[in-house]
Amino acid sequence: MGSSRSDVVHEPIDPDTGPVPPARHSPWRGQGPVVGVVAVGGALGATARYGASLLWVTPPSAFPWTILLVNAVGCAIIGVFLVLITEMWTAHRLMRPFFGTGVLGGFTTFSAYAVDFTRLVQDGRIAIAFGYLLGTLVVAMTAVWAAMAATRRVLGVYGGGPGRRAAR
Amino acid sequence: MNWLLVIAGGLVGAPLRYLTDRAVQTRHDSVFPWGTFLVNMVGCLVLGLLTGAAAEGAASQRLQLLLGTGLCGALTTYSTFSYETLRLAEEGARLFAVANVGLSLVVGVGAAFAGTGLAHAIWG
Repeated sequence: MGSSRSDVVHEPIDPDTGPVPPARHSPWRGQGPVVGVVAVGGALGATARYGASLLWVTPPSAFPWTILLVNAVGCAIIGVFLVLITEMWTAHRLMRPFFGTGVLGGFTTFSAYAVDFTRLVQDGRIAIAFGYLLGTLVVAMTAVWAAMAATRRVLGVYGGGPGRRAAR
Repeated sequence: MNWLLVIAGGLVGAPLRYLTDRAVQTRHDSVFPWGTFLVNMVGCLVLGLLTGAAAEGAASQRLQLLLGTGLCGALTTYSTFSYETLRLAEEGARLFAVANVGLSLVVGVGAAFAGTGLAHAIWG
């Protein structure tokens, strides 16, 4: 367990830069395919978010449930995905940029979150505005934490040994 | 047509986030996720500007779908923001985790207000 924990230390905070430190001299070398899959993933994610906003329309001055749920679902999925891909599988090098950076990054949004808050404030719906601002934060952080913990637990039980950080 | 506008915006927004994040992360050694922070703040400013312009009748529904739902939506991210915050806390950088949340919320909301105000000043 001691040796496996050392792998965790090299995992960067930023999931988009990958486990290998970027080369100082040529950070852009071989980036073409990565940029391509991020673009396709981002288009898919944005389309899914737009579809959700059409399916579950929220009136302008109401609580923006749809975007809250989109962000919460995206956070839960990224928790499962990044634990699987960093602690369990050795995935194809384009898998993480496509799904993590592209699809989930394109699906979830911070700009609509902030702008919907300002719109609610300008409409005088102060309680709803702050409920939305803090509610999204709490739900999203809980979703990513719970998803990561649950995935590590399942990997620990069914993965032939404890998940790397499940041993904590 | 509406779907194509969102797709086109997403095709540009997500790689713009990736390339900006990468450019920022290769230029400093801090564990603080400045790359994600930067794209989120820029997205809040632009979407604020666009929303303000739309309220003044200066931005069409189609422009909002292309630049708002598509571009700004894909440029900004909540999943990476929350994951990075949790990773900072897990690695013992609790102060950075709290700072990431505090700064992102305060500056993001500030940027959205600034964008809207700027739009009213320009097109109002």
